[in-house]
Amino acid sequence: MRQIHKLLLFLLACGAVASCGGPGEQMRLTGSGASFPYPIYSTWFKNYSRASDGVIIDYQAKGSGAGIRDFINRTVDFAGSDAAMTDEEMAEVDGGVILLPITAGEIVVAYNLPGISTPLRLPRAVYPDIFLARITRWNDPAIAAANPGIDLPDLPITVVRRADSSGTTYVFSKHLAAISASWRDGPGVGKTVVWADTDKIVAAPKNDGVTATIKQTPGAIGYIEHGYAKFADVPMAALENRQGVFVVPGSGGGRAALQSAELPDDMRVWVTDPDTADAYPIVTYTWLLVRREHGDSGKAQALVDLLEYCLTEGQQIAEDMGYVPLPVHVVTRVRAALAAIR
Amino acid sequence: MSDSTSDDVAAAPVARPPSTLERLSNRGFTGATRVLTWGVVVLAGYIVWEIGGHALPAIREYGVGFLTGTEWNPNRGEFGILPQIWGTVYSSLLALLMAGFVGLTIAIFLTQGFLPRSLETTFRYIVELLAAVPSVVYGLWGIHVVIPMLRPVADWLHAELSWIPFFSTTLSGPGMFPAALVLAIMILPTVAAVSQDALRAVPHKMKEAVYGIGATRWEAIVKVIVPAAATSIFGAMVLGLGRALGETMALAMLVGNSNQITLSLFSPANTLAAALALNFPEAGRIEAQALMYSAVVLLAITLIVNVIGAAIVTRAAKRLEA
Repeated sequence: MRQIHKLLLFLLACGAVASCGGPGEQMRLTGSGASFPYPIYSTWFKNYSRASDGVIIDYQAKGSGAGIRDFINRTVDFAGSDAAMTDEEMAEVDGGVILLPITAGEIVVAYNLPGISTPLRLPRAVYPDIFLARITRWNDPAIAAANPGIDLPDLPITVVRRADSSGTTYVFSKHLAAISASWRDGPGVGKTVVWADTDKIVAAPKNDGVTATIKQTPGAIGYIEHGYAKFADVPMAALENRQGVFVVPGSGGGRAALQSAELPDDMRVWVTDPDTADAYPIVTYTWLLVRREHGDSGKAQALVDLLEYCLTEGQQIAEDMGYVPLPVHVVTRVRAALAAIR
Repeated sequence: MSDSTSDDVAAAPVARPPSTLERLSNRGFTGATRVLTWGVVVLAGYIVWEIGGHALPAIREYGVGFLTGTEWNPNRGEFGILPQIWGTVYSSLLALLMAGFVGLTIAIFLTQGFLPRSLETTFRYIVELLAAVPSVVYGLWGIHVVIPMLRPVADWLHAELSWIPFFSTTLSGPGMFPAALVLAIMILPTVAAVSQDALRAVPHKMKEAVYGIGATRWEAIVKVIVPAAATSIFGAMVLGLGRALGETMALAMLVGNSNQITLSLFSPANTLAAALALNFPEAGRIEAQALMYSAVVLLAITLIVNVIGAAIVTRAAKRLEA
């Protein structure tokens, strides 16, 4: 009898230690949000989970908007967003929110032109008109003039856009609005915009849907995140930047674009039209949202450690995965901001 | 029942009043079935109530104009779903046209003694297996197989017959026709299965009579057996239509999601279910209410179609019995 008592006491003690949070405790952090950085997040979180003991991170890529809502409703510990957060949304978070740029990506203009292997060059005056459905054939003189030596086919241009509301569309439309007055006054800027009314603009769900549709449609053109285009091996256009230089994506042009932008105090910055010669024109940060006062100090500490990992070791794999590593000054700023998390 | 049987039963040890346990478990079972059945009804009602409740602000705000508007612009708060309603109805009808023809043909082939019994059953299972393929797989198959296969046909039709409104545009990849074609395959099992039941229900005496007066097999099928089952077959079509209206994922991947209202088969279009699935995750408060309103509209369309279909099938069954 006495032995059983001892055993019970021992078990109870074990339970108490475990629930107080001993060193061997399993910590679980949950997050949700943007799908644009999902490939790199999942790699980071998996690697970190393996390196740390027992911290498990669940991230659901259900979209920036949904992530922000989950974050406001306190159903997740952190969220990812391509569109940062609006002032109204930030005001709804009790305990305050910190927006941390954690990685960045280029949005590429991908196309499908059978038989053409050299990357197409698209001038600033031309690609907004393609997406406005004003230039409708591939052998249009405006495209041909920028691509001497390429025998452009007499094919209709099919624009493939995102069917769902997305941060990618937001960034892309913001860039087009910055460089083209007709885009600014027409479709404008938004996570969804109203496109020209033509049967030559089709929409597909998510980055992978757009990628697949471009691959299957001769004469198609569309905008996707660089990583998706890279892994699906879809040709990408060299875009003309503000300085008149044509820059291909994934060549360090993204980093140059980020360098050119000043980071404000709240770290919400849009690189809509970078002004350096080697910058790729369409680049965006993507943010992790964390609470200033988490309420659970153990989780807050785990989150800080995780972010520390993402900012240091994590940045080294960014390039390989088709993302743009953060510039050094941004890493310093974000690390300083981590100190404010409690 | 004869006397001798009841005597046997009386002699057997089973013939005793049910024990308390048996009575209780019996009552428990009836109770459980009743609760679960009503649970389903309550659940359906709750879903309608909940969706309706969330849609109410949008219904008040946009009213009937919502059904006739053609613009969906969350940035400016303009919402209209006429293109989506058009796309939903048009794609479903096209799918039904194809699935109806093929489904009925299959049903005739599998019920009128063209095949040995065992082969009939095998074929029936194979057709029904189509219903087990997930929607997203149909979508992928559509993108990677159907669209490239249709492209040369569509290009030829457009080049030669572009004066016919159905072929007035070129196929730009995803569009109405590939979507309707895949949708037709998806609803084929429903149409084929219900039509087979309908044809099997035609009384044997009627068939014997037709063959007895010297009709050929063709005459018997076309002039007597199919007309006798016509109402149930029509019901099968309506049930298939009901399924087509609500189909989501495959359509979202194939239809092109562009708010166009056109007869052209090769133009992209949009459907209510696809728009709902694609816009919900990122919708703000106002847009979410507008989406709930579209959900109510879709619910109403499918409900009406299904009720009509079920009513027709029941009536046909009664008529055949009589």
